[in-house]
Amino acid sequence: MKTHDFLASGTVGDPAVNITIFAFFVIVTLIIVVTASGANRSTSDYYAGGRNFKGWQNGIAIGGDYLSAASFLGIGGLIALYGYDGFLYSIGFLVGWLLVLLLIAGPLRNTGRYTTADVFDLRLRNTRVRGAAAVSTLTISFFYLLAQMAGAGSLVSLLLGVSGGAGQFIVIVVVGIAMLIYVLVGGMKGTTWVQMIKAGILGVGTVVLTVWVMTECGFNFSNLLAHAAATSPSGKAVLGPGLLYGGGLSAHFNFVSLAMALVLGTAGLPHLIMRLYTVPDATEARRSVVWTVWLVGVFYLCTLVLGFGAMWLVGNKAILTAPGGSDSAVPLLAYHLGGTLLMGLVAAVAFATILAVVAGLTITASASFAHDVYAGILRGGDADPRDEVRVARTTAVVIGLVAVVVGFLARKIDVAFLVSLAFAIAASANLPSILYSLFWRRFTARGALWSIYGGLISSVGLIIFSPVVSGSASAASPSLITDPHVNFAFFPLSNPGIVTIPLAFFLGWLGSVTDPLPPEDARFARVQVRALTGVGAERGARG
Amino acid sequence: MSVTQSASRRVSAYEVVHASREFRGLRRHFGSFVVPAIGVFLGWYFLYVICAAFAPNFMKTPLFGDVNVGMCFGILQFVLTFIVTVTYLRWGRRKFDVQATRLRTRLEQGRRR
Repeated sequence: MKTHDFLASGTVGDPAVNITIFAFFVIVTLIIVVTASGANRSTSDYYAGGRNFKGWQNGIAIGGDYLSAASFLGIGGLIALYGYDGFLYSIGFLVGWLLVLLLIAGPLRNTGRYTTADVFDLRLRNTRVRGAAAVSTLTISFFYLLAQMAGAGSLVSLLLGVSGGAGQFIVIVVVGIAMLIYVLVGGMKGTTWVQMIKAGILGVGTVVLTVWVMTECGFNFSNLLAHAAATSPSGKAVLGPGLLYGGGLSAHFNFVSLAMALVLGTAGLPHLIMRLYTVPDATEARRSVVWTVWLVGVFYLCTLVLGFGAMWLVGNKAILTAPGGSDSAVPLLAYHLGGTLLMGLVAAVAFATILAVVAGLTITASASFAHDVYAGILRGGDADPRDEVRVARTTAVVIGLVAVVVGFLARKIDVAFLVSLAFAIAASANLPSILYSLFWRRFTARGALWSIYGGLISSVGLIIFSPVVSGSASAASPSLITDPHVNFAFFPLSNPGIVTIPLAFFLGWLGSVTDPLPPEDARFARVQVRALTGVGAERGARG
Repeated sequence: MSVTQSASRRVSAYEVVHASREFRGLRRHFGSFVVPAIGVFLGWYFLYVICAAFAPNFMKTPLFGDVNVGMCFGILQFVLTFIVTVTYLRWGRRKFDVQATRLRTRLEQGRRR
């Protein structure tokens, strides 16, 4: 049995090394953000980085935006503890990209300007629909943000050995401030550069760790699995499904529900959709997504090795007792393999990941508020672009504050799981209306309102009345309210997708066919012609 | 010429294009690739999910060494994703883009006239 000195001391590696490497990353990226971002005065600069990124650059940046702390820390940790069942996340997170590639990337790039609501506006021209789209964008971003900040919290406990409040709070505040500087100074252009750099070091770090683990087991995957199963208290059961989602029919349906949310949610995530507008045209947008698929695919294949590697080399007990719990599996693996320095590098990568994703979410949420609510609704589509950017910046500051506070409160929840809730909301509230807008002639404003609000309210509502919030006594997934006497969970599944996604599609259909107003054929014709041919799309300067 | 006039004329121009044989051909072409592709990858994905949820013993069948059916099935999800991506890229570059660009150029020239 290997000894782990952190079990005694409570800390892994050297906090000073970890902080130094992370500070280095922040300083380098800040310099790049300041030099690369330029003036950022127009809305097209602030929201879309001037639409001049190349497809491959944006593809890498999308990967950087997508591979969140949930992927790096969360999935690695889930596989390390539960084996095969954690692998579902990797698969769902990747396969969902095909929907983006085939149906969303080109058509949405051709019909929108900055936000998801733009395509609804072109199709339905209705301020209430724009408002609904903004509400759903803000809600999804909030849940996603919650997940990232929670990840920051558990990372801090692990790296600095502080599980107490004050230390964690300070680090979360630092993350919030650095992120705000990226967003306020850099706008979309600066944020995109941060995403690209982060995707680069995350990719390199992951591949290095993976190769290292494979070296330890003689480049034989079967050996790795055998070693891992031999170390795990569950034995060979970790190699098959059922450890996390086994036992009882409701657990099986929970698994299917999660799978649906993962594969259909990606296409509805507002911060990824917004990234499609940073390239000159639809061809480049599609090309970006292809780059993303490769990057994300290789990354998730690596998580499989990292997860089983951590199960084998770090061990179940060490992961569970480490501060930060399952999220600490991959940093601990790095510590086991390469000692303090590698651990510091991996920790910095994880921090950078959180920082970059939070920046991407903040810019999306602030754009949605400024572009859809302020300019689109309050100013009736006639706002001064400078005012609009100013509103966006103010919103970003508010979001930064909210992120710090909720991140602190949510720091004990499992990260991969929190993100899966954001996916369920995105798949329910956004995806049906996007698809109907682009491809269904009879879709009306009422259908959109029913579908967006129906999907949003049902998914958030079912989460509130699920074991996520109250009534779960299981150690693997404790409720937000830990007191077992408080139990108002009547919905048995912790992921609502299996109910709410079909419901939102159904409501969109029902609202449209029962709408007394006739469908707007002329607008549908315009959306389809623009979506498929690209005529009239917002182009980049060099496009 | 007032703004509303030009706007309403442009909308009706879109409707004319939308009903044209060439655009309907383009849309059919888009559907004839995208719909089966989505059917294949979603079908393959949910087959995997349902097997993992309801046929765990089948998934645990060892194939070689400690690699079992479930692990291979999972990795084949990655393989299919890559195949669909590459096929789509080729189809877009060789067929769809040519048709779409031709139609777009004509529309843009028509509008300038």
